[in-house]
Amino acid sequence: MNTFQISPSSCKVKQKPSDSKTILKQNPVEPHEYVDDQVEDSLQMALQYFEKGPIKIPSRKDKILEKHLKTVENVAWKSGLAPEAIDILLNVALSGKFGNTVNTRILKCMIPTTSISEDSVVKAVSWLCVSKCSGSTKILFYRWLVAMFDFIDHKEQINLLYGFFFASLQDDALCPYVCHLLYLLTKKENVKPFRVRKLLDLQARMGQQPHLQALLSLYKLFAPTLISVSLPVRKKIYFKNSKDLWNSAVLAVKLRNQHSFTEPRKLTFSPANFNPLKRKWKSRSVTPVLNSGSYPKECGKKEMSLSNCLSCDRSLPLERLQSFPLLLKNIHCLELPSQMGSVLNNSLLLHYVNCVRDESLLLRLYHWLNQTLQEECIWYKVNSYEQSKEFANLLDTIIRAECFLQEGFYSCEVFLYKSIPLWDGLCCRSQFLQLLSWIPVSSFSEMKPLLFDHLAQLFFTSTIYFKCSVLQSLKELLQNWLLWLSADIHMKPVMSSPLQITLDASMNSVSELIHYVGWLSTIALRLESNSTFLLHFILDFYEKVCDINIKHDLPLVVLFPPGIFYSSLLSLDTSILNQLSYIMHKYHKNLIAAKKKELVQKAKSEFSFSTKTCQQFNHYLTTMIGCLWTSKPFEKGVYIIDSKMLENTEVSKYKNSLNLVHHPSLLSYAVSFLLQESSEERTINISSIREKKWHCYLDYLFSEGLQGLKFFIKNSIHHSSVS
Amino acid sequence: MDTSDAPESTPRQSTTSSLTDYFIGTTPLQKRLESIRKQVSVLPTPPRRKIPQGSGLQENVDPQKVAFLLHKQWTLYSLTPLYKFSYANLKEYSRLLSAFIAAEKQKGLAVEVGEDFSIKVIFSTLLGMKGTQRDPEAFLVQILSKSQLPPQNREGKVLWTGWFCSIFGDSLLETVSEDFTCLPLFLANGAESNTAIIGTWFQKTFDCYFSPLTINAFNLSWLAAMWTACKMDHYVATTEFFWSVPCSPQSLDISYAIHPEDAKALWDSVHKTPGEITQEEVDLFMECLCSHFHRHFKIHLSATRLVRVSTSVASAHTDGKIKILCHKYLIGVLAYLTELAVFQVE
Repeated sequence: MNTFQISPSSCKVKQKPSDSKTILKQNPVEPHEYVDDQVEDSLQMALQYFEKGPIKIPSRKDKILEKHLKTVENVAWKSGLAPEAIDILLNVALSGKFGNTVNTRILKCMIPTTSISEDSVVKAVSWLCVSKCSGSTKILFYRWLVAMFDFIDHKEQINLLYGFFFASLQDDALCPYVCHLLYLLTKKENVKPFRVRKLLDLQARMGQQPHLQALLSLYKLFAPTLISVSLPVRKKIYFKNSKDLWNSAVLAVKLRNQHSFTEPRKLTFSPANFNPLKRKWKSRSVTPVLNSGSYPKECGKKEMSLSNCLSCDRSLPLERLQSFPLLLKNIHCLELPSQMGSVLNNSLLLHYVNCVRDESLLLRLYHWLNQTLQEECIWYKVNSYEQSKEFANLLDTIIRAECFLQEGFYSCEVFLYKSIPLWDGLCCRSQFLQLLSWIPVSSFSEMKPLLFDHLAQLFFTSTIYFKCSVLQSLKELLQNWLLWLSADIHMKPVMSSPLQITLDASMNSVSELIHYVGWLSTIALRLESNSTFLLHFILDFYEKVCDINIKHDLPLVVLFPPGIFYSSLLSLDTSILNQLSYIMHKYHKNLIAAKKKELVQKAKSEFSFSTKTCQQFNHYLTTMIGCLWTSKPFEKGVYIIDSKMLENTEVSKYKNSLNLVHHPSLLSYAVSFLLQESSEERTINISSIREKKWHCYLDYLFSEGLQGLKFFIKNSIHHSSVS
Repeated sequence: MDTSDAPESTPRQSTTSSLTDYFIGTTPLQKRLESIRKQVSVLPTPPRRKIPQGSGLQENVDPQKVAFLLHKQWTLYSLTPLYKFSYANLKEYSRLLSAFIAAEKQKGLAVEVGEDFSIKVIFSTLLGMKGTQRDPEAFLVQILSKSQLPPQNREGKVLWTGWFCSIFGDSLLETVSEDFTCLPLFLANGAESNTAIIGTWFQKTFDCYFSPLTINAFNLSWLAAMWTACKMDHYVATTEFFWSVPCSPQSLDISYAIHPEDAKALWDSVHKTPGEITQEEVDLFMECLCSHFHRHFKIHLSATRLVRVSTSVASAHTDGKIKILCHKYLIGVLAYLTELAVFQVE
């Protein structure tokens, strides 16, 4: 795995591309400033000299050349060269302007201050193509490239030259060094069958060279299927150390880089983060392909007589199952797939799974799904974008199947239990929450510590949007539970004793779920300072809750906690008030229905509405009527507020201020009602809405679409006046 | 707002009600769910275990086969129950699997130099390799290269070996019906490409699922303690621990070797309850080792990761590689590994 070790430091180099613009700007300690300036000047001169090339070729050439070379070497070994300088000098060294010795010396001092630009390397490689330089220079260049590989700022362009480098393997002298470079450069997509063949040819020709073996083993790592020759498993030294020439220099550069690198490096205890087997075992998709299972059956009855063979129903291979009528026709002799996981993608088979209810079939699906989820789950391990896409797709497939079956899978429930403690609340959020809403009905108190306690932690610490989506999926969960339970109750009209127990238990679970959501909502409202947006989601949930008794015919009425009631009642948003009225209206109806049922079936009380529930509701009702209708807020009920305290608020006419006209969320309706009545008047008196006008105003409100309010007022006011 | 009273959707009309199942817990799946709930809520491993005693192998075990399993490095996998696997059909399976392997090898771009592929697959049971009578029989799969030599030298070279076993794997057994064979632990030795092909065949044929079984540092410490606790007539290897220090670009390994008798002496000093090992003892044992190391080298091993443990009984790597050295404790080692595999499968 040598290749991968390099990458962290190369990332690091990227950090400071601009910092090392030119050596001229580097400003070390002050007393040396003058000296430094001098050094820099002479370096610039040297660079110019090299760039332009020797003007003439006198015998004195050596002296000037020597002087400039010395300058460059000194600077390079002392503080490194800027990318620009390296660019120039590489050009010089490989263009063959000077002799071999000069080229060698230049290459040997190509030490970067912090990084080398990729372009310079690409340019240098292009010089290799025109073969202006000698073999030994080429070798030295490759050695340099290997040694400095980490300091090149990008590698994409260089990787594009992979084919060129690969072709250079032909050159026996270059081969070891090119191998080393390729070893550093190879990515999975570079591994191609023709390259493998070429390498094997080379190996056949040159014998088992360590550098070739290194490259082959890397190829094998990327594409195990392409290479079946056995390679020594034991890690040994494949390459002679190309860095020895620059050892101290490389260390120095690393030190410099580390210095400029402010962020602490991430050292992870990377757990054995191997790829899931799927990748190694080369199956293309996560879900298996549909195949009718024939092996085990055939094996079981090997000696099937001819008559047997003719008489028995020929079973229908799955590959031929194309339409729903075909499924119905052959439902008795269907061959199940060899791998149950494949049913997820096949709606016809899902139909079949839904009605067959074969225990071993479900077990096979359970095990497959369980392991797949465990292995694919991306928040268990270091992952890539591609992998997370794949995982989201898998979850989507599962959710589709669950929606189709209108039923959750056990394995998903187990997956939620196991993975929620590690979930960040972000990754595949919508999928995760959808899975949550398909959990089958079971004991809530058992599930709470496994799932809902963890969910609460995430809930309280996340954004309002997360809170809303959690409430949304809890609403769906409740709805699913209610549908299952009501379907179940009606399936079995005879009340056998075990079901009676289970019904009680499951109603208990539902009520615990509702209480849990009530608790979440109350705290969430406080955290989000009574956000209207959040309140909408909460009331949506209670819209389901308030109608359980009538709509689903299940013996349960659970009220909302006071925190939600008062927040809604005092909300500035009309639609919230409207929704609240609707919910109150529904609660009213449900409670009355429950009371009636109780009177009818006095003998066996399915469930007892505690008198507390009724009392609580009556309290809510009187409070609401007191505020909206009779203008006597908080005078009756549980929470009686001392009138003195209300006076202390210094709101004049506090008694009126929450009625249908003055309620802050309805005030605008009152104004536009008055304007509509008499648009010519310049001043309007809101308090004038009284008596007859009051009723007109009500009609106006109802006509504006406040249906919930209409239901509430029509029902409650009538009833309250009667009683 | 939903002011109409229309139902959201028609309730599901499933044939059999599952409501009763949920609460009474009669179906295997239900039992499984119950056990998982318990598992998730408590610690993954029981806080105490028995020290492996004696050989524990059944009497009818074939010593040659056992010897064959020792001193080899095995890669561990967990395996979900095999559907419709039958011990009566092992011959048939050999035929099918070898055909499958041949097909796979030809289909792929095999760049193998030289001879063409001619292999032989053998399925055989490992009689007596079980913890309790309820454990299903373990079995061995071998791939041999068919040698071109004359028939007297028929024994070809073993290319790949893998075996399936369950030692005290009862808990898994309880939650499946009789259509399934529970052999949660799979051990392979040989080229991974072969493991892949054979694994794929098993997955397709018996609708099972292979997952690599890794051993985390927590379990490695348990293994270290249990293996140190084993009584040995003579030690064949030093007790050695490997700690890995995460550092870039190359991780640093710290090897920590102790004379096995010293390790045993240390263990005896922390060990209290006879015949049993508790979590506290394991922790204490490792703590002692680490503090000793710190005294000499000023390195906190607790800040690094334990990646390998090797003793005279066996050695295990966190990647899920194991080598069993001692015949006597074979069953004991496998029992723990089965436990890990069952945990992963559930």
